[in-house]
Amino acid sequence: MLPELGQIALLLALLTAILQAVLPLAGAHRGHVDWMATARPAAYVQLGLVGGAFAILAGAFLANDFSLRYVAENSHSLLPAVYRFCATWGAHEGSLLLWALVLAAWTAAVARFSHALPDAVVARVLGVLGIVSAGFLAFLIFTSDPFERLLPAAVEGGDLNPLLQDPGLIVHPPMLYLGYVGFAVPFAFAIAALLDGRVDARWVRWSRPWTNVAWGFLTLGIVLGSWWAYYELGWGGWWFWDPVENASFMPWLAGAALIHAQATTEKRGSFASWTLLLAIAAFSLSLLGTFLVRSGVLTSVHAFAADPSRGLFVLVLLGLVIGGSLLLYALRAPALEATDGARGAFAPFSRETLLLANNLLLACTFVMVLLGTLYPLLADALDLGKISVGPPYFGLLFALLMAPLVALLPFGPLVRWQREQPRPVLAMLLPWLALALVAGALTFLVAPQGRWKAAAGVTAAAWVAGGTLRFAWQRWRKQGRFTPEMAGMLLAHLGIAVFLIGALLVQALSVQREVALAPGQSVALGRYVFRFDALSESEGPNYLSERADLSVLRDGRTVARLHPEKRRYLGNGQVMTETGIRPSLRDDLYVALGEPLGNGAWAVRVHVKPFVRWIWLGGLLMAMGGFVTAADRRFRKMPDVRKEDSR
Amino acid sequence: MTSASSTRRVLLVAGGLVFLALVVLLAWGVHRSGDPARDTLPSTLINKPAPKFDLPLLHSPDIRITPETLAGAPYVLNVWGSWCPACAEEHPVLTRFALTKRVRVVGYDWKDKREDALAWLEQRGNPFLLVVTDEDGSAAIDWGVVAAPETFLVDGKGMIRWKHSGPLTDEIIHDELIPRLSRLEQAQ
Repeated sequence: MLPELGQIALLLALLTAILQAVLPLAGAHRGHVDWMATARPAAYVQLGLVGGAFAILAGAFLANDFSLRYVAENSHSLLPAVYRFCATWGAHEGSLLLWALVLAAWTAAVARFSHALPDAVVARVLGVLGIVSAGFLAFLIFTSDPFERLLPAAVEGGDLNPLLQDPGLIVHPPMLYLGYVGFAVPFAFAIAALLDGRVDARWVRWSRPWTNVAWGFLTLGIVLGSWWAYYELGWGGWWFWDPVENASFMPWLAGAALIHAQATTEKRGSFASWTLLLAIAAFSLSLLGTFLVRSGVLTSVHAFAADPSRGLFVLVLLGLVIGGSLLLYALRAPALEATDGARGAFAPFSRETLLLANNLLLACTFVMVLLGTLYPLLADALDLGKISVGPPYFGLLFALLMAPLVALLPFGPLVRWQREQPRPVLAMLLPWLALALVAGALTFLVAPQGRWKAAAGVTAAAWVAGGTLRFAWQRWRKQGRFTPEMAGMLLAHLGIAVFLIGALLVQALSVQREVALAPGQSVALGRYVFRFDALSESEGPNYLSERADLSVLRDGRTVARLHPEKRRYLGNGQVMTETGIRPSLRDDLYVALGEPLGNGAWAVRVHVKPFVRWIWLGGLLMAMGGFVTAADRRFRKMPDVRKEDSR
Repeated sequence: MTSASSTRRVLLVAGGLVFLALVVLLAWGVHRSGDPARDTLPSTLINKPAPKFDLPLLHSPDIRITPETLAGAPYVLNVWGSWCPACAEEHPVLTRFALTKRVRVVGYDWKDKREDALAWLEQRGNPFLLVVTDEDGSAAIDWGVVAAPETFLVDGKGMIRWKHSGPLTDEIIHDELIPRLSRLEQAQ
């Protein structure tokens, strides 16, 4: 009975979304206040309905209701309750439902916190969000019904993919979706502005925290995904340039560019139409990401079931939303430029120029990632053979594009708007450049291997951190405090420095070996000795495990005990490796069990990964930067706005 | 002003074309995503001589078969095993095709126990002209066999002309195998 209610709730949510799309937009166009006023209640009702459907599906998972096909395929009665709950979004249908829920939540949040804005703006923004929501709910209902019954009901479920039975999965998709879908808010603002025919600095200001929060969540989602891949997949890598990773990275890059462009537009009024284009691009790339993951168009480690009818539906949705908004942009943006051209003048050396460089570099990067991601498909379509584009392409081009960005970063905050003398800024940063170079040279001398990369990493990180701290000090001396906006920027920029240390040093200094070890034997790696002590068998809630005990010694003292496992899941017989890791800010010690080789010996892969934690620490700092910036009260003050029809 | 607006028009058209190309490419990708053989690499053996083997017959192990034994006319080589569910799935399709006597269908019993293979054929019927056995699977390595079932078309001169991985279906036989076979026969 309940699942049918879930179905009805989804249908009603679709109708509400259509209502929310049509009435407020038409009302804003014609100036009917009471039509516009339907937007907010519709948003709340939609959240209630989608939330209800989601709760019913989650309830079916917790209650092991195997009469639902989706539950039977993705759960098992032996699965611990917390994973049964997470299995709700463990596969296609539920994951889309989560998407719709997150969108409904963002929409309701916009409705709740937008009382300072003119009614027509709110109506248009919520109307655009309603269009997107209607599209996805229709996709859910017509191609991916999570409440489909199974007759007769299954006795037992097929189990959740063991790869996903992990704390990382609990939070990774929701965070990612909060980011992806969050970009719908600046997108809706951009569309609303284009429909209205003008960009108001107050609306840009008001939409800035939304972009920052969405970007922060997306950062967290990507960091969690990377961390999960590191400890769960057992290869010791943290980023693979896999199509699905790229799908989340492209909107991240566009979002980073958007954050900077919005700040410029809000403060200086310049780049207004560029900001609108970026807002459209960020959300379009989120949609493209959803499409790439959900359609099975590209081959990926995230290999999800391919079903052409689903792919076609998302493609049509994608084409309508992206094509429609780009068309609207092409028609309306020229008129916008004409009205705000006067304020935009700036000299070659100014903060505007630097932000423009930042934006162009980030835009080139996401275009580069997009090309690399779609190239195998293109090559296949043109019959150029099966090609996979991997780390050599992405790594090289990414480094080439990011190097100037890193080099220019410390200048950004120090240089004034409109016009600046280069000399004082250079004088201010010169000591820090010297310091960074000295630190790099020292690293070059000390590093046991990968000297150039290690030196480059330390130099870049010291340069970014030094320049950022120099700016912080100057600001502190002058004003004695940081606004949250400022503090967020500092945190995010320091996060980049920390990330640079991690990313480059782990590549330069990692060591690994694959060896056959029997109990009692040991292997030396770098400064450490890994000793295989024993192997034991144990039983988990839904798996059998073979667990190895290893001691890691340094200078004869035991520094860590590691317990890598090989698990066989009872539900579907899949075998999984659980790595044994001793995390540390300095050296991560990492062991993964391979295959048994007979006579008690096992193939064992041991890694020492220096500074790998700094990668995620840097990501966390960046995300925190986004959240702190969004907390600035300045964005919420609207002193000079009359509640009026702004047409 | 006119030059600016014409530049804009060019940009608009170019952008529109790029977007359309992207949509077409993705639509093609979606169309392809339903194809189970999408990610299989084309066999490097196509238009190469069939690799050598020297294997015993399943039904009378003292007789050994090599590709030379089969030379002279085209034949279809079907790699299967009694342990392979997909082979059981394709078995009726293959049997229907073999009964048309269009071409010689040779079975290649891969990584299998003799008694299991015999029982399997006993139970389901034997569509093959003859069956060779490769118990340890060593000869199949040269043929690039990674999973059963796989089907090869070899011409009268001993060259591999076509290969299919995964179970055969009536469509595949009709649309891919038979047209190629007809071309081979015409060329002879």
